[in-house]
Amino acid sequence: MTGLSIDNLSMRFELPNGGHVQALEGVSLDLKEGELLSVLGPSGCGKTTLLNIVAGFLAQTDGKLVLNGHEIKGPDAERGMVFQAGALFEWMSVRDNVSFGPRMAGRKKADYMGNVDHLLEIVGLQDFKEKMVYELSGGMQQRVALARCLANDPDVILMDEPLGALDALTREKMQSLVLKLWKETGKTIILITHSVEEALLLGERLIVMAPRPGRIHKEYRLPFAELGVGADLREVKKHPDYASTREEILNMIWDMEEEIMGTAGDNE
Amino acid sequence: MNSSINLLCTRERLGEIVTQLRAVNLPEGEIAGDTFTPPDGCVPATGWETFSYQFSTLGAELWTETKTVAASAASALPSLAIYVLVILASMFIYRAIKTRLTPTRDFASLKTVTFGDESAVRSDFPASVLSIILIFIIWGSFTGSALIPGFLHLPAPYVGESSFTYTLDDGDGNRDQAEVFIRVIAADAMPSDMVFDEGNGLARNDGAEIGVYLSDIIVWDGNDDVKRRADGARIVAINGEEFDYDFGNDEVRQATPTFNLDFARVTITDRGSINVVPDQGWQMQPLYLPAPEVVWNRFIEIAKYGYQNVYLTVHLGFSLFRVIVGFILGAAVGIPLGYAMGLSNWFRGWFDPIVEFMRPVPPLALIPLVIIWFGIGEVGKIFLLFLAALWIMAIAARSGVSGVRITKVHAAYSLGASRWQILRHVIIPNSLPEIFTGARVAMGVCWGTVVAAELVAAEEGIGKMITTASKFQNTDIILLGVIIIGLVGFGIDMLMRWAERSLVPWKGKG
Repeated sequence: MTGLSIDNLSMRFELPNGGHVQALEGVSLDLKEGELLSVLGPSGCGKTTLLNIVAGFLAQTDGKLVLNGHEIKGPDAERGMVFQAGALFEWMSVRDNVSFGPRMAGRKKADYMGNVDHLLEIVGLQDFKEKMVYELSGGMQQRVALARCLANDPDVILMDEPLGALDALTREKMQSLVLKLWKETGKTIILITHSVEEALLLGERLIVMAPRPGRIHKEYRLPFAELGVGADLREVKKHPDYASTREEILNMIWDMEEEIMGTAGDNE
Repeated sequence: MNSSINLLCTRERLGEIVTQLRAVNLPEGEIAGDTFTPPDGCVPATGWETFSYQFSTLGAELWTETKTVAASAASALPSLAIYVLVILASMFIYRAIKTRLTPTRDFASLKTVTFGDESAVRSDFPASVLSIILIFIIWGSFTGSALIPGFLHLPAPYVGESSFTYTLDDGDGNRDQAEVFIRVIAADAMPSDMVFDEGNGLARNDGAEIGVYLSDIIVWDGNDDVKRRADGARIVAINGEEFDYDFGNDEVRQATPTFNLDFARVTITDRGSINVVPDQGWQMQPLYLPAPEVVWNRFIEIAKYGYQNVYLTVHLGFSLFRVIVGFILGAAVGIPLGYAMGLSNWFRGWFDPIVEFMRPVPPLALIPLVIIWFGIGEVGKIFLLFLAALWIMAIAARSGVSGVRITKVHAAYSLGASRWQILRHVIIPNSLPEIFTGARVAMGVCWGTVVAAELVAAEEGIGKMITTASKFQNTDIILLGVIIIGLVGFGIDMLMRWAERSLVPWKGKG
């Protein structure tokens, strides 16, 4: 069986003062190969914890994670990760960053260099191959991060607010790029974001998570990602369902935030 | 067993009762409080008294020292104030000229907020040049250097020939006048015999040759017919200026007769002799501060022929050899140690107490121990430098490892890298900037330590050169050594900075 299956996942952190935090409780999710899932939720709802468990950086306290028929135990090249910022290796050139995965796997240079150059062309950095990454702008650095992840040909790509540190215009361009890459490579992608618009535009499926304990609150299947491939994202936003869905989700998250503030007030 | 006892002893000194704490060895076989009787005025001190008196005397001593230091500092204040005035004056003059000549409108000059804006403060190159020139001018003017124009020299000591007269009274009221010829010769001049006409009469002419910065007592009656002791002869006037002094009367306090001549200060001693102190000017004696060109000539001489049978290159070579070998050994052990501490709880726990204890111990404090353990050979000094570099490098490597962003490590893992590959390709390059910073500090400390170690015990080395020179009062060589140490230390730092820039260009850009 292909795809990612998350079954009744729970995560509980013990605190030094004897208490505990239930970061995730009973999260179940099935993701087919090639699906693009965006995850939304107020701060503290466990989105990043979920992603870190899928990436293998954290071990869940309960539940099961199965990818393509085998259980997930620890990080692996089959699950690539794109971080918000600061994950590039600034002591390497753009090309060396992108070819990092194949090089570590011990593959022959002739085998991967073509693909690396091709990926750099797709993300529009063919003229910056020899530059050091610190010489690039924030948006360009995120393109390098995307290319680096793709060069390793992972089964699943995990994105932890990959566009969160970019300005609005760059962000829009990068959203189109993510859709383009998704369509061209057919990868399974889980994307975490703070931005409702981004989640709507990029998520073929969208889950809204709720905090305390972190759980899936509601799931949507959306047409916008499919419409957005190769199209102007601003046109997609004019779709009749777009505004209403956005309002619905915004209200949902707004209510959750209110609730958090309320209970936080009660505790004091 | 020989034991000691603390006694509190009270005695009268200058009409004041003074209490002192004294540690006394007990005579053999005697027991305090039993067979041992303290001397008169002394009682055994209790433990508390021992400590309270120790601290009260310590406090009094430190207070005296504080006053001495404060007085010294206060005496330096006028010079300091003049120096600051020179800095400010040159700044205003330079700025006035600069704005008149080149009215620039670059980005920095258009900033209205510069006070407190760190980015607007840069090192002014002309100020640096002026500052160095001024140091040489001050140095030259205090030493009468030939390198700077004469009008900048401070008054030089008197050198030349001159004379004054004294008037003699033979004790019976007969007076006669005679001349004293004084020749003050430069330090490097050959002494020669004074040839002068003794003249005749009751008083005869005298003469003396005095080295610059020295003084001489003229025994004027050596060639006179009447003597001080035998005949009660005495001097009543210098250059015709009479004075009154009751020689041999130590019952009353009398002002020493003093005559400020144009080339010397002449005083009459209590025994009636003439003390001549030629004018010493404002300049410093070469013994205290040699002129710049003297130091330069010494440098040329030592560079060519060495000092005390050791060539300068050998001195310098040995010092640098010790620093480099000590530093390399320290880095070779310290960096892996730092990595182990940064990567393993167990190693961190194991070495934390050792590193944190050894780090504040200055390597100089270990010199005596190192000499006892290893003798004065190379091993001891290199061991010392090894220790100096070791802790600095270990701490730098440790913080370099701790400073790696977890996202980089996560990214490397999810790209399929193994632990070893992450160490090699992520952790080590990420820690290099920190290690280079540590290396710069370590090289500086090593250079300072090697000089200090050579001052204590060495056969050759730049510090040894200074110690030898100090024994022969070769101030020029001491000064030369200090300048070489400073320049080499500066050079090492520049070299390390250059290496840092070219080897870890990504520093601070992660």
